[in-house]
Amino acid sequence: MFLVTLFLISIYKIGGESMTTLIETDNLSITFGGHTAVDSVSISVPEKHFKSIIGPNGAGKTTFFNLLSGQLNPTNGKIYFRGKDITKLSSTKRTREGIGRSFQITNVFPNLTVLENVRLAVQSNAGVRYQMLFHYKKYREFEEKALEWLRLVLLDDKVDSFAINLAHGEKRKLEMAMLLALETEVLLLDEPTAGMSLEDVPAILEVIKRIKEQGNRTIILIEHKMDMILDLSDSVMVLFNGRLLADGTPEEIMKNETVQSAYLGGVSV
Amino acid sequence: MAERGEGMKWIVNNRMNAIYLIIAAFLLLLPFVYESRNMLILLTQIFVFAILAMSYDLLLGFTGIVSFGHAMFFGIGAYSIGIFMKRFEPTMLHFIYAVLATILITAIVSFIVGLLTLRLKSHFYAMLTMALAGLFLVLAEKWRTLTFGNDGFTFRVPEIFIDRTNFYIICLVTMIAVFMILKRFTNSPLGRVLQAIRENEQRTESLGYQVLHYKIAASVVSGVLAGIAGIFYAMSLRYVNTSVFTMDITLDALLMTIIGGVGTLVGAIIGAGLIEFAHDGLTELAKEHWIFERWIIFFGIIYILVVIFFPLGIVGTLRKFTWKRRKLESAKKKENLAG
Repeated sequence: MFLVTLFLISIYKIGGESMTTLIETDNLSITFGGHTAVDSVSISVPEKHFKSIIGPNGAGKTTFFNLLSGQLNPTNGKIYFRGKDITKLSSTKRTREGIGRSFQITNVFPNLTVLENVRLAVQSNAGVRYQMLFHYKKYREFEEKALEWLRLVLLDDKVDSFAINLAHGEKRKLEMAMLLALETEVLLLDEPTAGMSLEDVPAILEVIKRIKEQGNRTIILIEHKMDMILDLSDSVMVLFNGRLLADGTPEEIMKNETVQSAYLGGVSV
Repeated sequence: MAERGEGMKWIVNNRMNAIYLIIAAFLLLLPFVYESRNMLILLTQIFVFAILAMSYDLLLGFTGIVSFGHAMFFGIGAYSIGIFMKRFEPTMLHFIYAVLATILITAIVSFIVGLLTLRLKSHFYAMLTMALAGLFLVLAEKWRTLTFGNDGFTFRVPEIFIDRTNFYIICLVTMIAVFMILKRFTNSPLGRVLQAIRENEQRTESLGYQVLHYKIAASVVSGVLAGIAGIFYAMSLRYVNTSVFTMDITLDALLMTIIGGVGTLVGAIIGAGLIEFAHDGLTELAKEHWIFERWIIFFGIIYILVVIFFPLGIVGTLRKFTWKRRKLESAKKKENLAG
């Protein structure tokens, strides 16, 4: 009897741990003038989960990301990370807490080399932020680590190029390397393949797949291309006019009639 | 033989450092081989303004902060030394007190200015620093019991600084020290973050760096160094008046930095040299024709031409060419290997 109880407790514990909520939003809203860009969105993302956010243009996906990462402050609602209220934390502090993000519009340091772009992320991750006595080259391991990330996104042949001279697809890869170098627990990926050539997309998808397979990160991804994310996602949420239209497994979302009509047009929510 | 080989290796690997060393040695020996009082004074002035321009470069070139109030730190330094030397005996001890007072006051003022204004967007920050520098100018004009207003006052300096050659060497050594300190500072992990802020503030924040802390650090270091430049400036004239707080000083620093090349440090020194030599040359030419008395017109023209044709400044343009040449060479090498 005792053994059975112990077994049941351990099963409960294992089950409980795998479903620990990492990020939670409670009635999150933001209004610009009279326009509500995100309207009372409540979601819960468990640890090590892969969640995709889809929705037509102007649905509020990137605004929702900006709220999660601290680029914008909500008008209403709360954001919790590991049960802690982080609504008032700046984007810097959220990164340090473990929420990293990539941007839809390429956001790199244009006049620094590719290696330096990633090295700065590695340096931040290592917590060497205010050291001013030693030469930065003293921390050789930062450069080596940065090179590893660049190899992962297949950009190691451009280490000495200035970021400004990279092609669009390469900039997206660099952006991804910078995010990965932060080694944050949560990765917010805002359309990582946007504007990329067809040849470049599989490489980025491969990187995302590899991160997922490592199984130690929680990924929230915004993507337009439904077919691309369905295989990867554990769950999909649909935003429409700033509101949460549906949230469920990819199969549920595919079958959802409201979602279908929202994508095909004609829905009024 | 092995030692000689090592030495050559160092020179090849540190070509720029070797050039800097040769120039420094040349400047150090110059007063002993070329006895021109005017040249000595002019070069001393260049060293002083080079310190000011380098301190400005830390803000403009490395952090991307445009300040129109840099003269306030320069003026604080100039008045600190003036007041100490006037009110007390001109001894080395009082000189050290004046330096410490400058460091303390400029650090506090630049910290507060940084805290108050660095949260603002660039143009608002520029305007606010201009207003604050104006405030110091008015303060220096009105607090006559301490500053003697617009007339200013003369003062004596410690014995060691009286000899022009000594003063020249002290200013040169200080300039080299400031150059080396700033070189290390800008190449430190913290300094690299400053350059990231210059490039993209939002991205720097999202990498987990607290941008405001870095801007304040740059503002304090820059303010203190500008104060030190002010000390030597006033000591070179042995006189100080309210002109040290005027916009002209900030504009000079801006011009020197831009002409030399922003974000290069050595460009600020070259810029200071060019502007001071040009200033001196034009003053000489004024004896020939009155138009040269209006030297500011020529500076304005130079400034416009540089901004249009050499936006990267002298050093920046040279670096660009060197970088392009290296790229071409490496491309050729690759081709040869492939071929």
